[in-house]
Amino acid sequence: MSGKNKSVADIMAVCQEMFEDLNFTYARKWKDAKPGRKVIGFLPVYSPIEMIHAAGCLPLGIFGGGDQMEVIHGDAYYQSYICRIPRSTIELGVTNRLDFVDGMIFPFVCDVIRNLSGIWKLMFPNVWSKFFDTPQNYDKSIGGTYYIQELHELKEGLETLTGRKISDADIQRSIGLYNENRRLIREVYAFRAKQPWLAPTSEVYVLMRAGLMMDVEEHNQMLKDYMAAAANEDRPKRDNVRISIYGSFCEQPPLNLIKSIEMAGCYVVDDDYSLNNRFLMVDVPTTGNPLEALAMTYLENSVETSCKYVPDGKVKGQFHVDAVKACGAEGVIYATPSFCDPALLDRPMVCNKLSEAGIPYIAFKYAENSGQMQPIREQAGTFADSIKLWS
Amino acid sequence: MSKPEAVKEPSMEMQKAMIARNYDAITSKHETGRKVSSTFVPGNLNELLMCFDIVNNLPEINAIQAGMRKASGGYIMEAEKSGHSEDVCTYVKADIGQMSKGNIAPNGKPYPNPDVLMLSYTGCYTFMKWFELLREEYKCPTLMLHVPYEGDGHSTKNMRDYIVKQLKEVVIPGLEQVSGVKFDIDRLRQYLRNSAKAEDNLVWCLEQGKVKPSPIDAYFGGVYYIGPIFTAFRGTEDAVSYYEMLRKEVQGRIENHQGPLTPEGTYFNDQKYRLIVEGPPNWTNFREFWKMFYDEGAIVVASSYTKVGGLYDQGFRHDPDNPLESLADYCLGCYTNLNLPTRVDLLAKYVEEYEADGLLINSIKSCNSFSAGQLMIMKEVERRTGRPGAFIETDLVDPRYFSAANVKNRLESYFQMIEQKRRGGGSKTVAA
Repeated sequence: MSGKNKSVADIMAVCQEMFEDLNFTYARKWKDAKPGRKVIGFLPVYSPIEMIHAAGCLPLGIFGGGDQMEVIHGDAYYQSYICRIPRSTIELGVTNRLDFVDGMIFPFVCDVIRNLSGIWKLMFPNVWSKFFDTPQNYDKSIGGTYYIQELHELKEGLETLTGRKISDADIQRSIGLYNENRRLIREVYAFRAKQPWLAPTSEVYVLMRAGLMMDVEEHNQMLKDYMAAAANEDRPKRDNVRISIYGSFCEQPPLNLIKSIEMAGCYVVDDDYSLNNRFLMVDVPTTGNPLEALAMTYLENSVETSCKYVPDGKVKGQFHVDAVKACGAEGVIYATPSFCDPALLDRPMVCNKLSEAGIPYIAFKYAENSGQMQPIREQAGTFADSIKLWS
Repeated sequence: MSKPEAVKEPSMEMQKAMIARNYDAITSKHETGRKVSSTFVPGNLNELLMCFDIVNNLPEINAIQAGMRKASGGYIMEAEKSGHSEDVCTYVKADIGQMSKGNIAPNGKPYPNPDVLMLSYTGCYTFMKWFELLREEYKCPTLMLHVPYEGDGHSTKNMRDYIVKQLKEVVIPGLEQVSGVKFDIDRLRQYLRNSAKAEDNLVWCLEQGKVKPSPIDAYFGGVYYIGPIFTAFRGTEDAVSYYEMLRKEVQGRIENHQGPLTPEGTYFNDQKYRLIVEGPPNWTNFREFWKMFYDEGAIVVASSYTKVGGLYDQGFRHDPDNPLESLADYCLGCYTNLNLPTRVDLLAKYVEEYEADGLLINSIKSCNSFSAGQLMIMKEVERRTGRPGAFIETDLVDPRYFSAANVKNRLESYFQMIEQKRRGGGSKTVAA
């Protein structure tokens, strides 16, 4: 069905259902549709999902339990001063919501996710799991050589799990599909930056989250449908300020927090929510050695975020300044999950850079189950007003 | 009234003098012309830095020093006032706050700016951000050595090759440039030879925790035992001498059936409880914390904190015949670079081998590298060994997070639980 026949409401209904479904019905159905199918979960921020796809598996983004799930068991594994996403991820595990998942990838994010990978091995010894470490050295011959070999080892792990070889052509085909996915996502983001009243972030966000839980070809069609439908929506342009949100790359905020920011008079025109499927900023080559192609694109053209090292101190934070300028934002909300070491340690550096560039910002913390939105609304509203009055 | 001066053993006095000399070397860099690096404890490349005549300054150790001198609280508040979050590592904030308060070293002289930040990124993501923050302040070169995490419970050839390549192509050329000294691998080999000698004696000392009564305290005493090997002295003749002296002291106590010396100057012989401790100590109330243990008759016979700068007791030695590969293996094998199942294996093994009554975890509020998931570690070790675990929470150098009454209560409950277990009661183990 083309976008002409699908309304934004239709698309959003699908995305919202997937977003709220902590039993992962879509992934379960996908797995049951053909014998031998396998599902591989991955945590935020970046995993090479092309490799999972090339192995014939469904990559399933695991973003914790959100604000709908009560954490009962998860607290027994993590002490008080730890963010919420590992607790709710454990809760998903111990309540059998992930009992159909055949493997888990824990990417480089922080010490908490790193240790979670070990907890998973102890709790679910029969589930294949891997901590996937990407290089912090971006030299092609050093970090690149290391990363290509890591991708080889990931490939071998997936081959053992599925019992089938992954050819270069398989990976190239997957890269091609994800290139299209990334291109369409960039188009959605550009569309939102241009006409944010037609593509509110509370919609774009669930659209992107759905993409990390479904077949990539289906998501590609969904992105096209959304843009077509959103362009035809009759939505008034408000006197909102344009803001970017950074610091939210791992544990995600509750949807109500995003809505609250919008209701407070902000159009979110850039963000770093659920980064995985836009971590690589350009097309990955579909010719030559596909592992090298993935590795080099990672080294040379991936986003700057807090779990990555920035070798040149002079440009630290410049990525954010450039992104703000590119999307025409008037200010930045630096919103981080409580106890998020990478983002909170980065905050002074990134915010200093924003200040130097004359970009106003505010900062606050949240948790995936934050329920009290009034202070957020007031803070965001005051920020929006201050930009309107003084900037 | 101030507390009486702690009674120290001769090896402690020797170490104190070594540390003082190193601080003098750091703070006199403008007079001597020596270059100064800042680097981290786990995965540090002390022998390599020595090859370039670079003096080694360790911000973590400076934060500990500030904590023990009761200065860290003010530094942390200062950092928080300037925009650093209350949630993040207090070593970082103590270090940054200290800068804005004049950056005075324990010898009363100002720390000079480092010439190079040697970022050995082992077992802790915070290190990476910490040095990005320091780089903003000092505007000096930062050499990044990325050490991959042993997520699958072992190192691989790829990881080792990656580290060696970084050493050859990034770290060594960078240090040559900073220092103006040409790298001499034979010099490195000699330092590594010294390291291995000292490491042999350290391991011997740590393993004496198996003796009853234990002649060492492998946590509160242990932080002194590991001082030289984990910091600016590994590879030096001083470190070799220190560990020879330490070994003689421990041997002497074994011969006299003595426990370790407490800060009050008494030998801790009446040892009722033998514990394994996981996690770093609290530094702001170090002596008070230690006293809570020996007052109750609890001796720590092995700890994970004494492995944070290398797991020598599991067989690793710096190897002069394979110098760079050996440095890579060292970095990979530091305790917090090991995944949780490996840490559980190690702690359960300690409980058995050291005939401990159980595992006590001191969970550090702001150290995710160590602490995230420690409740799982406790449960697993309890399950495997059948001996009770307990969990207390403090912080490294933030005095706001040390609650003496809470810690004492929990410890007392734990000791009661051990007693109960010994009497054969309470077959179920629960956290204190």
